[in-house]
Amino acid sequence: MTDESAAAVMTSAQSSQDDVLVRVDNLVKYFPVRTAGYVRRTVGHVQAVDGVSLAIPRGKTLGLVGETGSGKSTLARCIAGLLPVTSGQVTFDGDDITNLSRRKMIPYRREIQMIFQDPYGSLNPRRRVGAIIADPFAIHKTVAGNERKRRVQELMERVGLNPEHYNRFPAEFSGGQRQRIGVARALALRPKLIICDEPVSALDVSIQAQVLNLLADLQRDYGLTYLFIAHDLEVVRHVSDSVTVMYLGRVAEEGSRDAVYRTPRHPYTAALLSAAPAADPDAAASRQRIILTGDIPSPIDPPSGCRFHPRCPKARELCGQEDPPLEVKAGDGPTHLTACHFPVEAGENLAAAAAARRESP
Amino acid sequence: MTLLEVENLTVSFPSADGVVRAVRGVSFTLEAGQTLGIVGESGSGKTVLTQTLLGLTPGAEITGKAIFGGTDLLQLSENQMRQVRGSRISVIFQDPLTSLHPLYRVGWQIAEMIRAHEKDITKKQAAERAVELLGRVGIPNPAQRVNDYPHQFSGGMRQRAMIAMAMSLSPQMIIADEPTTALDATVQAQILDLLLKLQQESHTALLMITHDLGVVADIADNVMVMYAGRAAEKGPKHDIFYEPHHPYTKGLLESIPNSSAAGERLRPIPGQPPSLINLPSGCKFHPRCTYVLDRCVTEEPGLREISSDTAHLSACWLPARAAGLGGEAEKIREETVRESRMGAAVEVAEAIAAAPEVQA
Repeated sequence: MTDESAAAVMTSAQSSQDDVLVRVDNLVKYFPVRTAGYVRRTVGHVQAVDGVSLAIPRGKTLGLVGETGSGKSTLARCIAGLLPVTSGQVTFDGDDITNLSRRKMIPYRREIQMIFQDPYGSLNPRRRVGAIIADPFAIHKTVAGNERKRRVQELMERVGLNPEHYNRFPAEFSGGQRQRIGVARALALRPKLIICDEPVSALDVSIQAQVLNLLADLQRDYGLTYLFIAHDLEVVRHVSDSVTVMYLGRVAEEGSRDAVYRTPRHPYTAALLSAAPAADPDAAASRQRIILTGDIPSPIDPPSGCRFHPRCPKARELCGQEDPPLEVKAGDGPTHLTACHFPVEAGENLAAAAAARRESP
Repeated sequence: MTLLEVENLTVSFPSADGVVRAVRGVSFTLEAGQTLGIVGESGSGKTVLTQTLLGLTPGAEITGKAIFGGTDLLQLSENQMRQVRGSRISVIFQDPLTSLHPLYRVGWQIAEMIRAHEKDITKKQAAERAVELLGRVGIPNPAQRVNDYPHQFSGGMRQRAMIAMAMSLSPQMIIADEPTTALDATVQAQILDLLLKLQQESHTALLMITHDLGVVADIADNVMVMYAGRAAEKGPKHDIFYEPHHPYTKGLLESIPNSSAAGERLRPIPGQPPSLINLPSGCKFHPRCTYVLDRCVTEEPGLREISSDTAHLSACWLPARAAGLGGEAEKIREETVRESRMGAAVEVAEAIAAAPEVQA
């Protein structure tokens, strides 16, 4: 990418810093569960995403946190138009892109790119790196011939790969370098939004830091907007401007990074934060870990009321009956929303409550 | 009491491309009831090291000793090893789904393990033991769940079942190879909590292999950091985390995103880990080390004492005083670099400074 065009993207990004690039309204995605056999009757639904709303300001990073089965990857795929949406709306740059036809979606596919978790699985092992990175140019018929090769080599250099390795195969690169190939491919069409689905989970820590720095540099230089999905809370804290915590297809809590990490109000957020291991023996020894009971329930038959109530150390009768709305709790800023009837108060000892609950289930 | 003493262990695998030198002279001891955390990145040799102890590296060329309770594990015949594996040393692997047989019931698999080692036990007794063990590791309704197949268990429950199996014959030592890597944070906390509780109850020694420094900070007593098949640094947990001496250990600690510097630039270790077939000369870390000295390029350092009060050892040519993350230690390191980087290291240092990770 030339310096000129980079500067152009940057100024346009700066001039409209507060506007929203992606907006998701009440998005629902159900997958039907069918019986086996000839007549495939639908007997239920996996409620993967059940009424999620969020907004990502242009040039910012939204961190999406949640455990396996929370629906975060499904949500990302719905936003990217890779999965049809059951109901709700996805707006990109002011346009409604919900369930567009393949052809109508094409221009938006150029604007929305993805980086996947597994740098081994997301690159075709039989194709040369140059060809892999050039795919977006070929598919969208934008750049051809020698110009294409030049652009690919520019991209390789930009992400910290040696452009002379253009003709190598993915197997000749290490995990971190392969993830750089994935980044170069995502960057090729100069997208506005990059959805990063666990981009550093498969990498060793020292390499993980290299890739995180690269993503930060690219955001700064090209004014990119990121939807950043990860299960590592420290990584999300590091990269995000705002954070959304998902549990079983719903938003449990959302807010600015500092609000969510410093004063978590949802007991699930508090438990997640306390469970993340810190590389500090003294902190680990003094920390009160909130150990939850059981596992995340099945999204086919989610619990009544608050979906977290069967595992929640603070659950009362109301929690099993009424679904708590996502709203601002007393004492929180206007962007800090929590879906909980009995939010965590400052100084509350949830760890003890959780321990007591585990003793007498 | 010393339970396991590994002395100068080397493991190499002949391959078509050359000899893969996976472990190159590692020594450590593990006391009964203690936890040793072995930390290292992919390809550092940590898994090969522990699999060798259990005789699970066929085709490897092995030298050295591994004395466990008076016998050398490396000299045991396959039959003798079968007596040790499972009953005196057991293993918990990373991925419980591939470690459990998908076509047999969970309870049956645990009972099979007991029956294989205790010849006079009846099927019924073994099945009862399996139920009891599942209850002990926190599986609800163990009497019913014992008849489930592995796919009916969640990831956390499968790992609990693996732990139940590992504990079933009250081994003296458990090798846990990345036991929580595949699990979510809250489930990881449950499993670590369980491991600690069981360890306290039964005084089992734990050899914990992980790439996650957070897990080590949580449960280890001592830590060994491995790089390219050797111990770069080892010692008590607090020394390793607060007074790291080896630039690799320091680099690992600094590359973790941490809460106090959210949003700031991370400080990764530049470059990539070396190929185990074609290792660099001298110190194997020198092509990535920002403190590279002339000596590092030609001579590989052995483990040296860093602190005389504790058993803190580091394999690095920097002076022992250069331990720590603070400014004082940094000053000593920079001073040493100024005095001892004249020849071969100058070029290496320039190459490192040109790496894309180092430039902002």
